Amino acid sequence: MSQMILSVEDLTVSFDGFKAVSDLNFYVEQNELHVVIGPNGAGKTTLLDMICGKTKPTHGTIKFNGLHLERMLEYQITRAGVGRKFQNPMVYEDLTVAENLEISYPQKRGVFGCLFFHRDNTVQDEIDRIAAMIFLDDQLDRKAALLSHGQKQWLEIGMLLMQDPELLLLDEPVAGMSARERELTGALLREIAKGRSLVVIEHDMEFVKAIADRVTVLHQGKTLAEGSMEKVQNDPKVIEVYLGH
Amino acid sequence: MKDLPVVSQGKERLTSAAPSAVAASSAIRATALLERYSVVLLALLILVAVPAVCGSFRLGLFAKYLSFAFCAVGLVLTWGYGGILSLGQGIFFGLGSYMMAMYMKLEATSNDPAAAVFGSGGSPVPDFMTWNSIDKLPWWWTPFEHAWFALPAIVILPTLLAFIVAYANFRKRVGGVYFSIVTMALASIMSIVIIGQQGVTGGINGITNLPTFMGYSVQSDTASYVMYYVTACLLLCAILTGRFILKSRLGNVLIAIRDREDRIRFSGYDPALFKGFIFAVAALFSAIGGAMFTLQVGFASPSVSGIVPSIEMVIYAAVGGRLSLVGAVYGTLLVGAAKSFLSEHFVGFWLYLIGALFIFVPMFLPKGLAGIIEWLRERQGAAK
Repeated sequence: MSQMILSVEDLTVSFDGFKAVSDLNFYVEQNELHVVIGPNGAGKTTLLDMICGKTKPTHGTIKFNGLHLERMLEYQITRAGVGRKFQNPMVYEDLTVAENLEISYPQKRGVFGCLFFHRDNTVQDEIDRIAAMIFLDDQLDRKAALLSHGQKQWLEIGMLLMQDPELLLLDEPVAGMSARERELTGALLREIAKGRSLVVIEHDMEFVKAIADRVTVLHQGKTLAEGSMEKVQNDPKVIEVYLGH
Repeated sequence: MKDLPVVSQGKERLTSAAPSAVAASSAIRATALLERYSVVLLALLILVAVPAVCGSFRLGLFAKYLSFAFCAVGLVLTWGYGGILSLGQGIFFGLGSYMMAMYMKLEATSNDPAAAVFGSGGSPVPDFMTWNSIDKLPWWWTPFEHAWFALPAIVILPTLLAFIVAYANFRKRVGGVYFSIVTMALASIMSIVIIGQQGVTGGINGITNLPTFMGYSVQSDTASYVMYYVTACLLLCAILTGRFILKSRLGNVLIAIRDREDRIRFSGYDPALFKGFIFAVAALFSAIGGAMFTLQVGFASPSVSGIVPSIEMVIYAAVGGRLSLVGAVYGTLLVGAAKSFLSEHFVGFWLYLIGALFIFVPMFLPKGLAGIIEWLRERQGAAK
């Protein structure tokens, strides 16, 4: 447990008395690809929401590189190096692909920084490089609204790459994708995972098996099991509540 | 590859539109020119055409409309791009207008031998204060004796106030229609305070009799031409500033905030700061417009500071096109002219018309006049 980039301890959140997550401990190591699985309503998305600041925990701590994320605002958490991808693709539809990437460039995010921002060669090269990675290099001047569902997912992953976070939170990155798109996305995620820590929520067991370093199974807001995919798959509790049927 | 269907569709249209091809091509050129050189064309219109054609009376009317156009240009920024519908631009217009009036009133008073007689020692008080038995100038009036205080105050105070109000609300995530209601309430408070505090604000009559500005008469024909040109140039500056903002990365961030405020935080931006900024810019424009208004029409009044003028300003922007800085000016000129005409000839009808405009323009012409130009160009572009 030496190089923890993220330590979540005693994390609880209740919505009108319903505890979506209760007394949860959750750790992510440096450069680890940690997959969270579990049945619907287990608190997976809520956990990510709390890490990135979208939801405030009722109590508990979320430490990231020594920072207390539970006390910070969303944009501060993002600037500290946490990137979040939501379940539905959330891109800026009225902006072009290039502008979507540019806006995610992690510098000069203040009012006057933006006002006098100039897209110099460094930024342009970065946009071109990432656009090529996400298979959108021929779509740079197209409005994001005109992209297909899968392309929007890629664009959002590209925006995260641009942001260059240390910790990346992905909520069902291959949901709603065709088999071909899944394959490309899988390769993309492996590329992204280099030199970063990732927390991924996923339902597709084959996909999880292919990418996960470590798996946490959540059930009713608590950890049911944790470890390698193999260990988790053979856990009788997990089979009973989740994998069994 | 994805563009193929569009091209083939275009070809079909071309064959059907062939007979009128000549007319269409000149129309294309006209609309393309209109879009590309919109600022230049507007400059030609307001700097050359209007002063050449209009006598001093009509020029005065234009000057009045152009003062209101500052608010409409500001609304394009906050409402069209920032997604913040302000129903209170009259507040900032009014602040600019009143501060200008305070300076000019004190100047008029100091040149008025009668005022010195009624004042009980110290600086003489303006006539309307004397009528309300106030014989000492309130402390917050005093600094407005000096142009060096009044002019920067016109620019700084409304901007600062707008930023504070907006940031406080947006920080607490009060947005959308709730913020519109807040601005409307503030506009209402503004006119209630002005009317209620008659002794120090001039009340419902406003502040009148403002013949000079920094020693120059504002009532001569020459003066009205000079002031008209100053207003027109300032308005063009406001448009160019707006254009610079929208073309920068900040413009993209505003669009992103308008469309997906919940997402932009996770790109590392603080939306409250950006919305506060653009709201303050719009307030600054409005305040300048208000000051130029008072300078040219010679009064400040609650009738241009409350809810009704604020809503009219929104309609100016809506009619012109809330996504077009230049369109907003045309919208103001058009609606302003219609207002002057209708309220002269059909008294009382104006209120119904403005209500109808408020409903029908957003429903059927969401992008206003500028939207029509855009639509024409796209249609003809496809036919080509």
